[in-house]
Amino acid sequence: MSILVDQSTRLLVQGITGSEGSFHTQRCIEYGTRVVAGVTPGKGGSKHLGVPVFNAVEKAMAETGANASLMFVPPAFAADGILEAVDAGMPLVVCITEGIPVLDMVKVHCYLKGKSTRLIGPNCPGVMSPGKCKAGIMVGEIHLPGGVGVVSRSGTLTYDVVSQLTSLGIGQSTCVGIGGDALPGSTFVDILQLFQADQDTRAVVLIGEIGGTMEQEAAEFISRKMTKPVVAFVAGSTAPPGKRMGHAGAIITGSAGKASEKIKALSQAGATIAPTPAEIGLTTKKVLDNL
Amino acid sequence: MKIHEYQAKTLLAQYGIPVPRGKVASTPAEAKKIATEIGGRVVIKAQVYAGGRGKASGIKIVNSPEEAERAARQLIGTRLVTHQTGLEGAPVRKVLVEEASDVAREIYLSILVDGTSHLPVMMASEAGGMDIEEVAQSAPDRIFKSYIDPAIGFQPFQGRKLAYGMNLDGGQVGEATWLMTNLYKLFVDKDCSLAEINPLVVTADGKLLALDAKLNFDDNALYRHKDIEELQDKEQEEPLEIQARDRGINNYVKMDGNIGCMVNGAGLAMAVNDLIQYCGGRAANFLDIGTLNNPERVVNSFKMFIADPRIKAVLVNIFGGMARVDVIARGIVEAYQQMNIPFPVVIRLAGTNLEEGQQILADSGVSFIRAGDFCDGARKAVEAAKGVLK
Repeated sequence: MSILVDQSTRLLVQGITGSEGSFHTQRCIEYGTRVVAGVTPGKGGSKHLGVPVFNAVEKAMAETGANASLMFVPPAFAADGILEAVDAGMPLVVCITEGIPVLDMVKVHCYLKGKSTRLIGPNCPGVMSPGKCKAGIMVGEIHLPGGVGVVSRSGTLTYDVVSQLTSLGIGQSTCVGIGGDALPGSTFVDILQLFQADQDTRAVVLIGEIGGTMEQEAAEFISRKMTKPVVAFVAGSTAPPGKRMGHAGAIITGSAGKASEKIKALSQAGATIAPTPAEIGLTTKKVLDNL
Repeated sequence: MKIHEYQAKTLLAQYGIPVPRGKVASTPAEAKKIATEIGGRVVIKAQVYAGGRGKASGIKIVNSPEEAERAARQLIGTRLVTHQTGLEGAPVRKVLVEEASDVAREIYLSILVDGTSHLPVMMASEAGGMDIEEVAQSAPDRIFKSYIDPAIGFQPFQGRKLAYGMNLDGGQVGEATWLMTNLYKLFVDKDCSLAEINPLVVTADGKLLALDAKLNFDDNALYRHKDIEELQDKEQEEPLEIQARDRGINNYVKMDGNIGCMVNGAGLAMAVNDLIQYCGGRAANFLDIGTLNNPERVVNSFKMFIADPRIKAVLVNIFGGMARVDVIARGIVEAYQQMNIPFPVVIRLAGTNLEEGQQILADSGVSFIRAGDFCDGARKAVEAAKGVLK
């Protein structure tokens, strides 16, 4: 098993005809993902990369049975794209787009309440269940099917961690990039819950960073509900306060946002802390060897 | 994005929020003229993008236009060092000249977006004028909060709850509610990330007045607020950061070390800086080149390193995903062709199109230090910066 995406995923791509959308849709298809539909308003009725294109998400779902959406819509229109997918009842929306205004995301979060859609991202690399489905922009070849769940606020740091795991022969059940924004659709806790319930996930690697309190909330969940081991790393120990470190959410405002506070909380909750980002793979191996 | 206090107060006034009478001055003579117009006691406030001005002598109360002129002369053209600026301080080009107010009480009021509830939250505290972070630590029960549903906006009952929480008098409750409603309107209209009035004062005659104001804006929303974007004072920003932005590198932060870093992805870039410190060195910057496949951005990153005299070595760490390694490698070769690189460069490459990238570097004959993984890269960069590795 795995979480969020697998062989039964029928992927729809919003913004399929754009340059990023085209490039990554092609790679998802090459990886073996079943891409069943694309949506670009005004281009309905055509085909792109061999995939039928529709004007609206609702119609695309009705005609193709799509059950997950991957979004490459530009930032000014992305919130609207998410709302359209939520309204159509799309079970899973993975939003890659970086740079969506915060107040647009406030509206999205309000609209999501009580709806069945799970949102991953925005500003994320996507979701990948190795050997089954790639719904995102991550490098396919570095992944290996297996039993470690990976959840991260970062993109490329996750690639590095995944390749560390793979080179040690440690496969992954699912890798989830929850994104670098201040208001992510899904949090560490949301994904930890799914990994805890997933039969094939034996352990979880959590990659946090400075800003917000998501890592502290994860720590709380780990100490109360998690029976599977968690290996954690928090990036940004050397980041100066008040500066935005690339990600919209990576800014230290107050002591809770510091890496040291997050590491302390995760460590106290029983997570094994990787001493450096280069040792996340080895730390995970030690934890697995002791199971 | 930040703006100055005088600009924030202009925006508040446009939304009907009472602010002290005053104007901004760029010269001591202007300050004198404004003080004469206002008459009586005035306050001279240095305009910088940093808090803590009071304790740093950036705010002066004076009794005459002549004193106003003298105070302005002491501030304009200097650099103000506060606990938020770092040792180099922030340049004072303008002062705000305002009528002095008789303050009976100071209150804290702000709006920001709460990451846990995903909602804007209005916060008020009787501990006005203090650092709200300290209040949150020492006396969290003294901060009152109202979460705002964006569908219906800020409601009068929420204003009453906060106003009564602040122990305001009968007449002031209505006034405070009206003020909060307008502040929320401004927050939404202009895509603020923070709207803070600290302190909001109750004057001796019982009126509410925004004595200080701080407005920060969501960078991601600036595309729909050209009027706000124009308010930015580039002189208040770190010169290297401005230079980076002008060169198309949006994710650059100056740090205090001597190893220049070029990385793709913000999380990886932070991790690289952490690892450099773990290996005994210090990064000179945080630099995420992003995901665009653009060799020019690589060349521009090297131009940034050349412009920074502190740099003793450079670490390039690329894990190709959306960004392709061959494109980055082409950029590096181009940088070597365009300029004389006076420091050792450590390069670690992995990911999409790695072989093509390595081939491009090998064929070009440029001299660099190859690193196997990113730990190796950090270690070698630290050694290179110390002159141990060349």
